[in-house]
Amino acid sequence: MSGLIKSSIARKVVMALSGLFLVFFLGQHLFINLTAIIDPDTFNTLSHFMGYNPLVQFILQPVLIAGVVIHFIMGFVLELQNKKARGVKYAKYGGSTNASWASRNMLISGAVILAFLGLHLYDFWFPEMAYKYIESNPEDATRYFPELAHKFHSPVRTGVYCLAFVLLMLHLWHGFSSAFQSMGVNNKYSTGLRKFTQIYAIVIPLGFIVIALCLHFSHL
Amino acid sequence: MNLTLKIWRQKDANAKGKMVDYKVTDISEHMSFLEMMDVLNEQLVNTGEEPVAFDHDCREGICGMCSMYINGKPHGPDKGVTTCQLHMRMFKDGDTIVIEPFRAVAFPVIKDLVVDRSSFERIQQSGGFISVNTSGNTQDANAIPIAKEAADKAMDAATCIGCGACVAACKNASAMLFTSAKVSQYALLPQGQVEAVERVQNMVRQMDLEGFGNCTNTGACEVECPKGISLENIARMNREYLSASVKG
Amino acid sequence: MALDSKIPKGPLKDKWTDYKNHIDLVNPANKRNIDVIVVGTGLAGGSACATLAELGYNVKAFAYQDSPRRAHSIAAQGGINAAKNYQGDGDSSYRLFYDTVKGGDYRSREANVYRLAEVSSNIIDQCVAQGVPFARDYGGLLDNRSFGGVLVSRTFYAKGQTGQQLLLGAYSAMNRQIARGKIEMFNRHEMLDVVKVDGKARGIIARNLITGEIERHSAHAVVIASGGYGNVYFLSTNAMGSNATAAWKIHKKGAYFANPCYTQIHPTCIPRSGDYQSKLTLMSESLRNDGRIWVPKNIEDVMAIREGRKKPTDLSEEERDYYLERRYPAFGNLVPRDVASRAAKERCDAGYGVNATGEAVYLDFKSAIARYGKEQAKLNHITNPSEAKIYELGQAIVEAKYGNLFQMYEKIVDEDPYKTPMMIYPATHYTMGGVWVDYNLMTTVDGLYCIGEANFSDHGANRLGASALMQGLADGYFVLPYTIGNYLSNDIRTGKIPTDTKEFEEAENEVKERINFFINNKGEHSVDYYHKKLGKIMWEKCGMSRNAEGLKEAMAEIKALREDFWKNVKVPGTENEMNPELEKAGRVADFLELGELFAKDALNRNESCGGHFREESVELDGLQKGEAKRNDKDYAYVAAWEYKGEPAAAVLHKEELEFNDIELKQRSYK
Repeated sequence: MSGLIKSSIARKVVMALSGLFLVFFLGQHLFINLTAIIDPDTFNTLSHFMGYNPLVQFILQPVLIAGVVIHFIMGFVLELQNKKARGVKYAKYGGSTNASWASRNMLISGAVILAFLGLHLYDFWFPEMAYKYIESNPEDATRYFPELAHKFHSPVRTGVYCLAFVLLMLHLWHGFSSAFQSMGVNNKYSTGLRKFTQIYAIVIPLGFIVIALCLHFSHL
Repeated sequence: MNLTLKIWRQKDANAKGKMVDYKVTDISEHMSFLEMMDVLNEQLVNTGEEPVAFDHDCREGICGMCSMYINGKPHGPDKGVTTCQLHMRMFKDGDTIVIEPFRAVAFPVIKDLVVDRSSFERIQQSGGFISVNTSGNTQDANAIPIAKEAADKAMDAATCIGCGACVAACKNASAMLFTSAKVSQYALLPQGQVEAVERVQNMVRQMDLEGFGNCTNTGACEVECPKGISLENIARMNREYLSASVKG
Repeated sequence: MALDSKIPKGPLKDKWTDYKNHIDLVNPANKRNIDVIVVGTGLAGGSACATLAELGYNVKAFAYQDSPRRAHSIAAQGGINAAKNYQGDGDSSYRLFYDTVKGGDYRSREANVYRLAEVSSNIIDQCVAQGVPFARDYGGLLDNRSFGGVLVSRTFYAKGQTGQQLLLGAYSAMNRQIARGKIEMFNRHEMLDVVKVDGKARGIIARNLITGEIERHSAHAVVIASGGYGNVYFLSTNAMGSNATAAWKIHKKGAYFANPCYTQIHPTCIPRSGDYQSKLTLMSESLRNDGRIWVPKNIEDVMAIREGRKKPTDLSEEERDYYLERRYPAFGNLVPRDVASRAAKERCDAGYGVNATGEAVYLDFKSAIARYGKEQAKLNHITNPSEAKIYELGQAIVEAKYGNLFQMYEKIVDEDPYKTPMMIYPATHYTMGGVWVDYNLMTTVDGLYCIGEANFSDHGANRLGASALMQGLADGYFVLPYTIGNYLSNDIRTGKIPTDTKEFEEAENEVKERINFFINNKGEHSVDYYHKKLGKIMWEKCGMSRNAEGLKEAMAEIKALREDFWKNVKVPGTENEMNPELEKAGRVADFLELGELFAKDALNRNESCGGHFREESVELDGLQKGEAKRNDKDYAYVAAWEYKGEPAAAVLHKEELEFNDIELKQRSYK
């Protein structure tokens, strides 16, 4: 592993693979959350399954955490190396003329998403962990939807969530298709694949935004 | 037209540099950018100042010697050209033009706008060749047919002039486009297969050693490449590298 | 010293094989103890470096650029000839030999040219093995195009960048040896003198162009591969840094300089537009495969076009003079370069030039676009295609063939050549003359070799298209590595050549003195001031047509200009740093001497042959009236000049040219 990530390309592949895993995770997360605004019962059932299935809890959850950590650390290492590679800065830099904002500022969008992730864990994951493993409360398959809906009463939190999803959109816009390029996928399907990744990059965060807004306004 | 030039002046590799302002007048729009620089230098020689050192040679866009980062872009504002092919009709009377050397740790400044691109040389030396000795007994050139599409793609990759605009444009100062162009050329040809595994590994290792940044797929290199080398080559190199890592 | 060309005995076609069978070889263990210096890393120098290193010699290579890949061979566009006969159109080594000798107007050495034609096919094999991506047809085999002056298709090409691809091939072979440590590469170094020990070339003095340091380098043999001297004209298609210093320095140290007046003025260049112009840009000769060259038939139309009242596209077919097709029906637009250039000059001198300077003719693709368009319509089963459709289809073909050239033209001239004809005019491109060498490519100094454009060798008085790349690579890959071994076999016991000897010291002091002079001379004029003046004299009096009176004036004017240069030149900066003005000063100083010898040689050769056209020597009647008239009785020789302190004092040595396998004929393209 250490030998593998010594090379720039291998580090990029690690970024790509962890990124793709997170992209996949986002998809399934959105799928479950969407049920919240369609049918709270289904939401409760699915959430309960995710919360108490040992496979999810003890295999997938640690993998997910590892994915996030690796993606973050590697992203940071790459960024540091990249900054170092320039040395003296340009007096007049025309970065915006030849590359998109999203592609040039993955660290910024990534950092915002990370900060959001902190908030998100604070909101849901820590209470959940405390509920299950510290306080050792009994199983309750109906509590998920009310917990979720409650969080979106605050307009500030709803706003912060929406903003973070916009940044996620930008992050995915570049990151998703970029992952394929990093892994050497470039063929006659690439144009189609790129379109798909871009649609995905918009639809997924948009879905989360819709959920947040729905829950917020249904409460009012 | 009359122009104000802000040019990076640096006596030698160890000196501290700074931007210096110059004025040039009566510049014809038909001049190339380097001819405008000639006018400035002639002016400086005549007034007893030291002329601005800049790399240039063929002045027809093929040798890759000319560099310069002009108004925020390598080789200036025009598309698909080197600085020697950039014409003054791209500018307007009264413009201020900022001229800097290509910036990268792997391209240290030698003097003024001249940078040392020997890191590119070492990347090529690490594997940018097919190990075939000169002999009068090589097999006939037509012995192995090569599909036109592959040959054309190899040619497209091989048109890289090694100017370094990709590195200069990249926000990470990455040399992936340059390195991948050579790797791609050989990867697409049957002659290149024998050493494919070692080649890509050695060239990528050397590229990393030189202190270039990592590729984050921003695509700036492709946009600024005067020869239109495609990002497809980077993907191909990534692919070659991964398969080499598995095989080798 | 009498010239000995050392041509092997025996029938022409066996000479090279027999020669190789009988030369002395150096055993591999001894090769490790032998050093060779190669100055210049273009096609000739680069390929020589790679091959010599592969054989086991220790090579030290020098280039003034920051990489061997930037040598000006890279700019060659059109292609490389080889007698492969892949097209089955009757090509052979003999035919390539014949075409080259004829194209060179019977002023080249038969044995050398035959050897060149013989090894030409090996070049293509070698380059393909190196991974050079030559153009291929849909069957996957190599494609060919035809070039001026020949009747077969034997030119291999890689888009419009053949020189680039071949050079990168040689460069890759060099890189392999640099990585192995067999080639020590000195980038950004300029050779400023050769060092002779006991009459043999044993090293060079070079300047590190970054630090300004003067360095001594020794070797058992020195190879000069520094290219041609076209920049003596100031404006040429050469690179800005292309120079004759290495060649001229060895001339001053005893190497004879041959046929300096043989210069190729290339017909298809972009016309000059103003005084600020620093160089001229060539458009590949391959354009003449499809482009038709013309000027208006009526002088009124010329005026109307110059004043902007008419556009070239307004003129009907009847109002156009396709003068090459008119004068040379057999070859038409594909006549050799010298003929095409003079014909353009003739029209422009007569007042038919189509731009403001009166020095431009049209190169028109309208017919080709229509022809290809119709062909494509048929192939795509389009019935009754519209004019616009035909144009669109045809344009796509022309774009595929010449797209990069058209784009280049548009960038420079700011006109769309698909819509309006290109304007072209001849410009200095290649120098056939150069350092005299024998069959071994050795100069008149022992152990001093000269290859590629820098020598006078194979092209006679005019070079055919796509032959320069062929010669450069032939010399470097396939000829020099054999011939130099024959010489070096005597050096296996010599040991390292020391650099702390008086010969090196003297040479170094001479170099330093000259540099100090430039730095300390507080003159008034920049180096370019002199270079431009020299260029003007050369172009006006030693250009496409020459006469005795003009040449005498040129000699006197160049001498006067040189004297003024040595009094009034101004070089800023110091010697201990990167100093481009200082570099230029040294080069222009040498051009100022070479230019005078050039004029002297042109004056001596009172005949018209190839690129050298003397107004005194033209056909006066018959079908060939007005065409160049060669004089085989008096001038079938190589003029090799020995340096005697001043260019004007150079002594002429003649190498008589014998033609046993080819009949000397009037070169007719009618």
